[in-house]
Amino acid sequence: MSVIIASKIQSNPKYHELVKRRNTIGWSLSAVVCVMYFGFTLMIAYTPDILTAPIAADSVIPVGMIMGFGIIVASCLLTGVYVYMANKTFDPIIADIVQEASK
Amino acid sequence: MRIFKTVSRTVLGLAALFASNLSYAFDVPAAAPAAAVPAAAPPLNWHAIIMFLIFVSITLGITYWAATRTKTAADFYAAGRGVTGFQNGMAIAGDYMSAASFLGIAALVYFNGFYGLIFSVGWLVGWPIILFLVAERLRNLGKYTYADVVSFRLQQGPIRIMAAISSLIVVIWYLIGQAVGAGQLLHTLVPQMSYRMSIVIVGVLIILYVTLGGMKATTWVQIIKAGLLLGGATCMAFGVMLHEGFSFAKLFSDAVALHPKGIKIMQSVVPIGAKANPIESISLGLTLMFGTAGLPHILMRFFTVTDSKAARKSVLYGTCFIGYFYILTFIIGFGAIILVANNPEYVVNVTKNILDLKGGGSMPAIYLSHAIGGNFFLGFIAAVAFATILAVVSGLTLAGASALSHDIYASVIKKGKADEKKEVWVSKMCVIGLGILAVLLGIAFEKQNVAYIVALTFSIAACTNFPIMVLSVFWKGLTTRGAVLGGYTGIFGSIILLIIGPTVWTKVLGNGPALFPYDFPTFVVLPVVLIVAYVASITDGSESAKKERAAFEAQMIRAETGLGAEVAASH
Repeated sequence: MSVIIASKIQSNPKYHELVKRRNTIGWSLSAVVCVMYFGFTLMIAYTPDILTAPIAADSVIPVGMIMGFGIIVASCLLTGVYVYMANKTFDPIIADIVQEASK
Repeated sequence: MRIFKTVSRTVLGLAALFASNLSYAFDVPAAAPAAAVPAAAPPLNWHAIIMFLIFVSITLGITYWAATRTKTAADFYAAGRGVTGFQNGMAIAGDYMSAASFLGIAALVYFNGFYGLIFSVGWLVGWPIILFLVAERLRNLGKYTYADVVSFRLQQGPIRIMAAISSLIVVIWYLIGQAVGAGQLLHTLVPQMSYRMSIVIVGVLIILYVTLGGMKATTWVQIIKAGLLLGGATCMAFGVMLHEGFSFAKLFSDAVALHPKGIKIMQSVVPIGAKANPIESISLGLTLMFGTAGLPHILMRFFTVTDSKAARKSVLYGTCFIGYFYILTFIIGFGAIILVANNPEYVVNVTKNILDLKGGGSMPAIYLSHAIGGNFFLGFIAAVAFATILAVVSGLTLAGASALSHDIYASVIKKGKADEKKEVWVSKMCVIGLGILAVLLGIAFEKQNVAYIVALTFSIAACTNFPIMVLSVFWKGLTTRGAVLGGYTGIFGSIILLIIGPTVWTKVLGNGPALFPYDFPTFVVLPVVLIVAYVASITDGSESAKKERAAFEAQMIRAETGLGAEVAASH
């Protein structure tokens, strides 16, 4: 990458917009996963009774099992959300930036 | 002085332990006492052996094909960067889902019920983090190893030596765990094959795959293995659900009715009988989450894809496959409670303990396959378990060899001026060396308690590789001094606290109560690493530090846009 291209990108507001948006999304989604998983872990540690309560009076299935499955499914969904946003939003901006810089 | 004595005693003790086991390794196998063989040897498991031979011939065929297409260093380390997102997603799953997690989590559910799910969740949550923070930037900045990324704008020598040390510690210990598991598993499945012979077979095969076919062969071995494992586990879970009329309510209530612990298997959030320990749980969570995102053989997979878009897609596929797999193992574990426990064909003595299985605690999933599909399906699942070990060990060996050849030989010793052919040759020699080392260590550790190995590898990955990599990508202020001091703090902090922790200090060395009361040191070491890296960086006023900070902008442009990133080979 030449110095000229680098300085063109550096002075392109679209690039700073991209970095800001992608970092916001990346760190926010990471925070969601951490809150979800460490919230679950803290519940295991401090309020296990909530997790082990059955989901219905006549069921043996504990609430925590649904939450555990929920975290697995949510992890897959959130990765899907990021990939979708990156394909739809970030990739076109990156293509723009690269094109403008190599003009 | 006392501390010195204790430390030296510990080191000597470990060395003696190691030496005694290693000398045992060189015993002539024929001299082993015949009493070890049961009076009536069980019939040879032909189904398993035939399916295993089919798998080996197919993978060796692929290795031959890959060998003819592996010419450059990029072919050898990164499969010519031609792997698609979907293929890499499968390979990621194949690299990550070990036999230990398949058999181990199913067994955990079989003995403890619901707790098995809690445990498996931790192994998945690192994947979204890999995607959100590192996958694309890794692909844009790196060439063959994650040290390429960390040393992008920092000093090559010190950074790569630190990164190679941490990679090698992780890889070698992970290899020991895999080798011991392989030996035990194969010996149990095919008792005619000794523990040592099993490990030697694994060693020979992975040396063939990796030296001849490099990353291309490794990737395809991992893809085939992931397909077989996901397919086999799907069939098992389907068999269980068919038996239970496709009702989860019936599955769980039947299991509760049959399990000797009864409803406790639904109400225990720790292994049954263990005490809840909040700090330990949180530390385990941190270790699993950030450890996954710092495993060198996993990170290496992101250099094999065509571009950052494929890198991103591959994590989505990988996460879905791995999540699906953990849900299957949960069903399989409960299925084993219903179909395997209390069955005199599998249980040592049904009148004593209906859970205690012949062949040991990792057998529930294996016996379940027999209960569902007879000898044929048992043979299939046994062969899949073996394929699983080969795939994981191949990935590990290649990651270890690339740390030695690319980071140490080519970048530090030859200062980046190594001949490409020579570098690949060095790498192949390292593969052979690591393969032999894995065999020897696997034999040496046969009778050892290897439970702490996972804690060790994931702790170093979580406390060293992951934080230093994230800092180097996201924080302009990181300098060589900060990265190196932080990195060594992570490596030595993890090792020291693990040695003085309950598993090694008390159980392995027998030194009485542990000096550090937790098995997973991440909750202490990770913050210390961040503080050390921060303070050592901001107080670094050297000229080179100024240049490193100034080089951050260019690094970020490449990381974010992919301009200048390594491109896929045209062939």
